Amino acid sequence: MELALELTQKAQKFRINVLDMVYRVQSGHLGGSFSAAEIITTLLFHQLRLNPADPNWPQRDRFVLSKGHAAPMLYVALAERGFFPKKDLETFRQIDSHLQGHPDRLKTPGVEMTSGVLGHGLGVGVGLALAARLDESSHRVYVLLGDGELDAGIVWEAALTASKYKLDNLTAIVDRNGVQLDGPTEAIMPLDPLRDKWLSFGWHPIEVDGHNVLELMKTLDEAIRMGVVPTVIIAHTVKGKGVSFMENDSKWHGRPPNKEEYETALKELKGGLTHI
Amino acid sequence: MRKAYGEALVELGAANRDVVVLDADVSASTQTWMFAQRYPERFFNLGITEANMINVAAGLALGGKIPFVNTFAFLIALRAAEQVRTCVAYSRTNVKMAAAYGGLSDSYDGPTHHSICDLAVMRSLPNITVLVAADSIEIKKAVPAVAEHNGPVYLRVSRAEVPVIFREGHKLEIGKGVLLKDGDDVTLIGTGIMVARCLDAAEILEKEGVKAQVLEMHTLKPFDMELLVKCVKETGAVVTAEEHSIIGGLGGAVSEALAEQHPTPIERIGIKDTFTETGPYFALLDKYDLGVTDIVRAANKVMRRKDEEP
Repeated sequence: MELALELTQKAQKFRINVLDMVYRVQSGHLGGSFSAAEIITTLLFHQLRLNPADPNWPQRDRFVLSKGHAAPMLYVALAERGFFPKKDLETFRQIDSHLQGHPDRLKTPGVEMTSGVLGHGLGVGVGLALAARLDESSHRVYVLLGDGELDAGIVWEAALTASKYKLDNLTAIVDRNGVQLDGPTEAIMPLDPLRDKWLSFGWHPIEVDGHNVLELMKTLDEAIRMGVVPTVIIAHTVKGKGVSFMENDSKWHGRPPNKEEYETALKELKGGLTHI
Repeated sequence: MRKAYGEALVELGAANRDVVVLDADVSASTQTWMFAQRYPERFFNLGITEANMINVAAGLALGGKIPFVNTFAFLIALRAAEQVRTCVAYSRTNVKMAAAYGGLSDSYDGPTHHSICDLAVMRSLPNITVLVAADSIEIKKAVPAVAEHNGPVYLRVSRAEVPVIFREGHKLEIGKGVLLKDGDDVTLIGTGIMVARCLDAAEILEKEGVKAQVLEMHTLKPFDMELLVKCVKETGAVVTAEEHSIIGGLGGAVSEALAEQHPTPIERIGIKDTFTETGPYFALLDKYDLGVTDIVRAANKVMRRKDEEP
């Protein structure tokens, strides 16, 4: 319980760091970073076996951020976890920075796979899970997808593949914030009933509140215990979570805040921190 | 050639336990069924999901495996092009793309199955090494060399039984061209089946008193500039010959290199920016101006340009 509280606070602090990064460079994705804050924090600070001193430690769990536009949230978490100095975050999206607009595995320590073009992470995760099985290694593979990303047919090709090989060492998490770049997912390209879709593809779906760290911790454990088939955690979240005027508004998918918006957002996020 | 490829893959599988093979429901065509039979635990048939196959291979490569993905050339280079760019080229994952049915070699299936722009696509992607095997001996040499090479590779394989031009002792070094025949009047540069046709053309030219040099460029990228310039300095005239569009492949590579490093008259033999048709393989090559006589004609023409151009 204490850990859950600590991680919840961490996630909210990360939102503030992300806001700073995106405001500074006037570029980047706030909405989808904020919705994924608790998910990424729970993974990086609780669930994943990692060794920041040795990012390539062979036994580490693998985390693929398929929704690569949430890169700022990943970078903040990786820096806090000790993969690189926190001051690097100030260079986000600048020339010569190792922190590219979208994750680049060749540049950033701790980034398992390059992403940014939506749809690819699950297939890559399938390959990583197959490799782990061939090596009889006990490490696990986690892939975080956006829900808009599920429009892409290639996600479902990967879902078929994971199902065929019964990859019980693979956990997918869908950041179900219900909003994509152009508007609500159910208006742009309806996904519901989403749980049934995954079920019919041979996966074990679990639905949770994606901002509730305790629930996330429990379901991530359940996915391990499940065995037999791959698990997908449909994490219900709020796009732009924590800033009232950003929440559930597709406008904030990829737009940076101006000074006034920044200050209001900062105030709200800091206020949110005191309420945890 | 494809049978030799399938056998080479089985041999490689025995030598290297990290080698895994993926196919997209065409293992009977690509001949990976042989590997599948011998090493079922290291063979993954992913059905008709070419783009997904590339991503899964990228994941396997990240996991320390050496994945060979297999399907028709146009499907890798076109259907899965974005996956190749993002998850293989940009990410520099150690994925080996074995592109079957290269060029017009699946001739009877027609333009939907012909691959005439794959080399242009692959050449323009950073980090990808691009190879075209010329015969069944070369493909056997290429498979282990590609596995040993650290980084993504596109290896074009032919469906057809093409003339054998190399002996068993042939050594293939990625990035190094092969001088097959010396001469000082004109340089004929070929890839794939067109190497054999260049050799035939050289013989005809010899009877006409023309000494043609024949160069095989199995590696389109990185391109062996040093050998190219050295050869062209000796002859001052070039014909390129490839089973591909004249845009962006071997002819493109040679033109780009020489324009900057040693301007020289060039004639390009290849598909002339058009779609092809169904028919018997060798006759189809001839119809689309990839015949031996076309090479001879181009050689004579380019040699005349030597005198005409300043």
